[in-house]
Amino acid sequence: MEIKKTAVAGTLESSDCMVTIEPAKKGIELELESSVIRQYGRQIRKVALTTLRRLGVRNARVSIVDKGALDCTIKARVECAAMRAAEYEGRINWGGMIR
Amino acid sequence: MSNPDKYRLRRTMMFLNCQKPSLIKDPYVYKPDSIMLDLEDAVAEREKDAARYSLYHALQEIDYRGVERVVRINGLDTNLWREDIRCAVAGGCDSIRIPKTETADDVRTVEYAIAEAEREFSRPEGSVLIMAALESARGVINAMSICDSSERLFGIALSGGDYSKDLQVPISGTGVEFMGARQHMVIAARAAKVQCFDTVWTNLDDMEGFRKEVEVIHAMGFDGKSIVNPRQIPVVHEIYTPSEKSVIFAEKVIKEIETKKAQGIGVFTVDGKMIDIAFYDGAKRTIALAKASGVYKGDL
Repeated sequence: MEIKKTAVAGTLESSDCMVTIEPAKKGIELELESSVIRQYGRQIRKVALTTLRRLGVRNARVSIVDKGALDCTIKARVECAAMRAAEYEGRINWGGMIR
Repeated sequence: MSNPDKYRLRRTMMFLNCQKPSLIKDPYVYKPDSIMLDLEDAVAEREKDAARYSLYHALQEIDYRGVERVVRINGLDTNLWREDIRCAVAGGCDSIRIPKTETADDVRTVEYAIAEAEREFSRPEGSVLIMAALESARGVINAMSICDSSERLFGIALSGGDYSKDLQVPISGTGVEFMGARQHMVIAARAAKVQCFDTVWTNLDDMEGFRKEVEVIHAMGFDGKSIVNPRQIPVVHEIYTPSEKSVIFAEKVIKEIETKKAQGIGVFTVDGKMIDIAFYDGAKRTIALAKASGVYKGDL
């Protein structure tokens, strides 16, 4: 999946996270800000990177500002931001690319 | 096709905006019977996509601990509802709520799309139920045919905001503007043997008014009420809790009907009241309500 433009998903409300995805030339750059980074930083990164890999995103600059989001919310926000950034408008492959 | 959840207990259905992770992450702590995960009016137009991703993963990953998960899709007059259904069915929802239902064909259109999604995502045929929200004068007038439209349909719900606009009257707080619709819908639902749910009460500062309204709709025969705030749940559950006297009577009725049936007796008396098989379902429902409310410890 090619990231064509900058896109954002999510909010800075409690239990949510704000994900920004921008085009990049070489690999994935992931920047994470979270009040629970010591306890959950590794897990948040893992969820985000796994989600990007599943979507086929190979090159992107990704920023996540976490406000205590569950894994399911992190996945949902990363997917939404990536789909917006890739200008994807087809049928969604629920259970495949999205799972 | 017979889904055992069609007639499950639904005293409270709490609306939750799928756009808000804080709302959908743990609503089971408030113990509603059902939650209504909303993709429609509560979700801003430019966040419809985000709400779907949130919904899918919430359905897949959050253990709602037996609370029924109903998804309100966008209206059939939008280009959103088909993907809403694919998302909800793939995620594992229990039911789909159709907004602005006006005809039996609306229900059948959704039923067809659900069946397609069940096949696509390898879910058993008939596993996803339907409820129809009636939000216009035309929808209310057509309540009977809507109730009869599909084996999947478990109930109809009045949506008071849009309905009062269609009637061209303000919501008074007294319920006078909903009298005809409520009575008509309950009768239609009972005739079709499906459930009937009342509209939301949005004035959270007037809990006394809310209580009075729940007492009225309970007396009218509604199965439950749509809820917008967890504070409303215990009030509804309390009003729907059967009295001790009615629980004891229901228990006697069920046991006597079963005994007398085996003896070939159709009509008899319990506590001086004439009883026959027509009382059986009502007595069963009283016991089910009593169990759900935690006031029945018997062996039925």
